[in-house]
Amino acid sequence: MNGAPQSVVVGPEVRLIDVLRDQLGLLGTKEGCSVGVCGACSVLVDGEVMSACLLPAVSMDGMDVTTIEGVAADRLQEAFITEGGFQCGICTPGQIVSAVALLMAHPRPTEGDIREWMTGNLCRCTGYRGIERAIKKAAGI
Amino acid sequence: MSAEYHEPRGWAEAIAMLEKHGDDAVVLAGGTAYTLLLRQGLIRPAHVVGLRRLPGATRIDVDAHGGLSIGAMATHTHSLRAETVRGAWPELADALAKVATIRIRDQATVGGSVAHADPASDAPAMLCALGAQAVVVSGPDAAPRRVPVDALLVDLFTTSLAPAELIHSIEIPARTPWTRAVYLKYTSRSVDDYATVSVAARADIVDGAFRDLRIFLAGVGPKPMRASSVENALRGAKADGAFAEAAALVRGDVDPIDDVRGSASYKREMSRVWTERALRKLAA
Repeated sequence: MNGAPQSVVVGPEVRLIDVLRDQLGLLGTKEGCSVGVCGACSVLVDGEVMSACLLPAVSMDGMDVTTIEGVAADRLQEAFITEGGFQCGICTPGQIVSAVALLMAHPRPTEGDIREWMTGNLCRCTGYRGIERAIKKAAGI
Repeated sequence: MSAEYHEPRGWAEAIAMLEKHGDDAVVLAGGTAYTLLLRQGLIRPAHVVGLRRLPGATRIDVDAHGGLSIGAMATHTHSLRAETVRGAWPELADALAKVATIRIRDQATVGGSVAHADPASDAPAMLCALGAQAVVVSGPDAAPRRVPVDALLVDLFTTSLAPAELIHSIEIPARTPWTRAVYLKYTSRSVDDYATVSVAARADIVDGAFRDLRIFLAGVGPKPMRASSVENALRGAKADGAFAEAAALVRGDVDPIDDVRGSASYKREMSRVWTERALRKLAA
């Protein structure tokens, strides 16, 4: 968990989001829709972006889980601030985590790459333009 | 009360667990559908058998003739990015890329998508069109048998799998130099939604005429619906772009319901429109 071994005992009905928020106090990961659509609970599992609300916690045994608390994303965070990539902030941890995964897969993404990748991270405030600008800025394009 | 979680290290061990626990057990692959079903109270397993440690379950191979084998636990993302898949069946990679969002594709497995038998899912319809077979294992030796994906999917969220059978992998036959395939997905709400209707089609085009045309539609019936009337009408027909009449027959091949993605009659019309587009794309 965020680079350090973490041991929890849970049954197969417990979701990763519940372990993060209720057992480990990692409150940066938000629960929005609870059905894998909104992206507020985006986390990295072995470097791939997934919804913590859809992940059985038992499937995380032995995996590298990275939450917003564990990502090294200073440039992205800075760009989200300067480019107006957020307003109310509830979706922002998920946006940043998803953008981190995007820039790992596509270090110099095209506009199409950004829009396609970020499709699943909903935002009701920004209209998405600020998020797109922020990701471009962080990628140096 | 918490369910008991099992993580078998071998296929025979997994099958033995399923035999032992029968209807009290649920199989866990990627977990996208599992978690939702659990939350909705639609499954209440006493035992959960997780498949993620099964040997070879995520393997993706191509044989010397271009036939593909995708391990049941390979995720959509790993499958669609695999050079073997992109080389042998780029149209399948394209269909897998149309599933929901990157987060779902990173988690959900191809085998799980088939076993879950959601009639609106993308992968099963495309696999049916490509004539794919599921390698199903059962018994103390995990003996394999092959079942066409079209035959495995029998009804809404229902397969012909016995309780102690597992999908080991999916085999997709090799293409010929004349083979074309296409997957067109129409979503009426948002691009990451389930299909209102999607059309998966493949054909060989030899001397300008269709051969071995297979068309399956997702989202418009209790399973991927075969457009048999359209296939029959175009058997041996010239692939010349005049498909309106044949495509209209699809309205009788599908059995959609009214829901938030449109009325049944709207989906029938969209089936016609998108089938004609798919045929044009095959012939282009």
